[in-house]
Amino acid sequence: MDRQPLTIADKTFTSRLFTGTGKFGSAQLMEDALLASGSELVTVALKRVETQNSQDDMLIHVTHPRLNLLPNTSGVRTAKEAVFAAQMAREALETNWLKLEIHPDPKYLLPDPIETLKAAEELVRLGFVVLPYCHADPVLCKRLEAVGVAAVMPLGAPIGTNKGLRTIDFLEIIIDQSQVPVVVDAGLGAPSHAAAAMELGADAVLVNTAIAVSDEPVRMAMAFKLAVEAGRMAFEARLARPSLTAHASSPLTAFLDE
Amino acid sequence: MTRSKNWFDAHDWDRVQRDIYTTTARQVEQALGSSRRSLDDLKALLSPAAQAYLEPMAQLSHQLTQKRFGKTIQLYAPLYLSNECQNICTYCAFSLDNKIRRKTLTDSEITQEAQALKQLGYDHVLLVTGEANQTVGVPYLKNAIRLLQPYFAHISMEVQPLDQPDYEELIAEGLHTVLVYQETYHRDTYRNHHPKGKKSNFQYRLDTPDRLGKAGMHKIGLGALLGLEDWRTDSFFTGAHLHYLERTYWQTRYSLSFPRLRPIDLLQNDTITSRSFERCMTDRDLVQLICAYRLVNEEVELSLSTRETPRFRDHVLKLGITSLSAGSKTNPGGYAVEPESLEQFTISDERSPADMVDVIRRQGYEPVWKDWDKLLTSR
Ligand code: SF4
Repeated sequence: MDRQPLTIADKTFTSRLFTGTGKFGSAQLMEDALLASGSELVTVALKRVETQNSQDDMLIHVTHPRLNLLPNTSGVRTAKEAVFAAQMAREALETNWLKLEIHPDPKYLLPDPIETLKAAEELVRLGFVVLPYCHADPVLCKRLEAVGVAAVMPLGAPIGTNKGLRTIDFLEIIIDQSQVPVVVDAGLGAPSHAAAAMELGADAVLVNTAIAVSDEPVRMAMAFKLAVEAGRMAFEARLARPSLTAHASSPLTAFLDE
Repeated sequence: MTRSKNWFDAHDWDRVQRDIYTTTARQVEQALGSSRRSLDDLKALLSPAAQAYLEPMAQLSHQLTQKRFGKTIQLYAPLYLSNECQNICTYCAFSLDNKIRRKTLTDSEITQEAQALKQLGYDHVLLVTGEANQTVGVPYLKNAIRLLQPYFAHISMEVQPLDQPDYEELIAEGLHTVLVYQETYHRDTYRNHHPKGKKSNFQYRLDTPDRLGKAGMHKIGLGALLGLEDWRTDSFFTGAHLHYLERTYWQTRYSLSFPRLRPIDLLQNDTITSRSFERCMTDRDLVQLICAYRLVNEEVELSLSTRETPRFRDHVLKLGITSLSAGSKTNPGGYAVEPESLEQFTISDERSPADMVDVIRRQGYEPVWKDWDKLLTSR
């Protein structure tokens, strides 16, 4: 069976696993894990790279023909700061793709919906391909879509918690209504969580902590790769859904057959 | 009444101390078993009874820290700008009554020090001065930040407490973090150790994080000077202070430090006596403290200075610490300008940043020099 590729803005991806670059024990391990994951889109925190320096350790290890960079604005607290940071990222990393992250709350790193929407609108106007990290809020996702984002990235659970799809009821609605790709971001702690998101119909998932912090990041990256493929395959093959009622008796309509 | 007074008055020193020292094994186990730990749990984890649970505490602390911060350790270096000080503090070599030669770095000396630190790899610098408002007041600090901006991605400061508008001004220059240690949360002990100078105003110091929070500082560092008072009780108050601040200034990040008193050079000084070190804590105690903080707060950054010995630092690196200084000099001009001037305190870990990087890597961690970019803060 041919798998359906995923298109976001002007790019087509065969892998539906996006990865992060934080928290790895070494830059080499990060590179090995990213390659093992099969990922074609990796987020890079602007605050971690020396944008003026072409010898930056992190950048060297993510420079690979298959890897597209997705700079993120982690660290900003307002729309104004995000727009400024995005312009810097575009200049330094030579990409107009951007993972928009505005979390003014440094404890739980929860995204600010109001500032995110404001920034998204402005960044789209400035020609960015905007992928906003947001709460699993169906209305917000539609509002973001309306201002022209290229995908939405609702969270599965608070970032870094490894708790899985705690927002599943809202993710279902978002996936159902969305006209842009839905990437489930944050909280996916096990390959089974990623598979579940894909079975649900998410277009892709983004994973960082669960890979970076495992004892064997390379093997864990492969496990996520397989899980995402399995989940997507199941979704495309039309997963049998649990039915609402038993089919045996039909007290209200049985008379039709009499 | 300030809000700071509210949180502070909600905890009575003697009562807190009694709670801590009468904690039972059962209470420690409850604290360990719970998934969201409260300030009561902090008391239990800081108690003598919790010493029997040090290994499980360390395991848990290691796990929680890795989950949040990954296998990374941030590196920073202090940059002493001046040893002038108008205060008397009984434990400090810069104390007004200590007859040392005073020095404040000039513009070109600041630049020289910055270049020396940059060569060592640093991108995060912590500016330190004593309290001498005539010479190292806000205009001096503002100028220093302006000079250092081109060299560093992240500038922190540990100087005298300032007013809110002063902080706002310095933030606009690119200041990211301010560390302000209460030294001790025990009023009488505080008074005994700070007999003269502006610093003797306990309440003004206690309210400093509030002024920082209102000014919109990105990160605030707290701590108690371990050795002035009973460390368990003081550490609880630090934790309670953090608890209050996190809920009030929720957009600010926080870090905690563990300055244990160190021997200092005594030059013709009558005020500083060995009395200062009576309440010092053991290595075992400090491990307990680091783990206790991590267990009640998964997000707070925990920082360890070169006051500690190499052996100790190598071992606690995995237990909950998220940032380390390395190759530190605690005298103005110590890196390049005047390496021989008097230090604020003797450091224990004299290894170079390069050696420290080796140590960090050998333990499977990535040393992180840069985790902020001034471009992220639009002005
Ligand atoms: S601790 Fe600070 S205020 Fe006190 S004497 Fe030392 S430098 Fe001055």
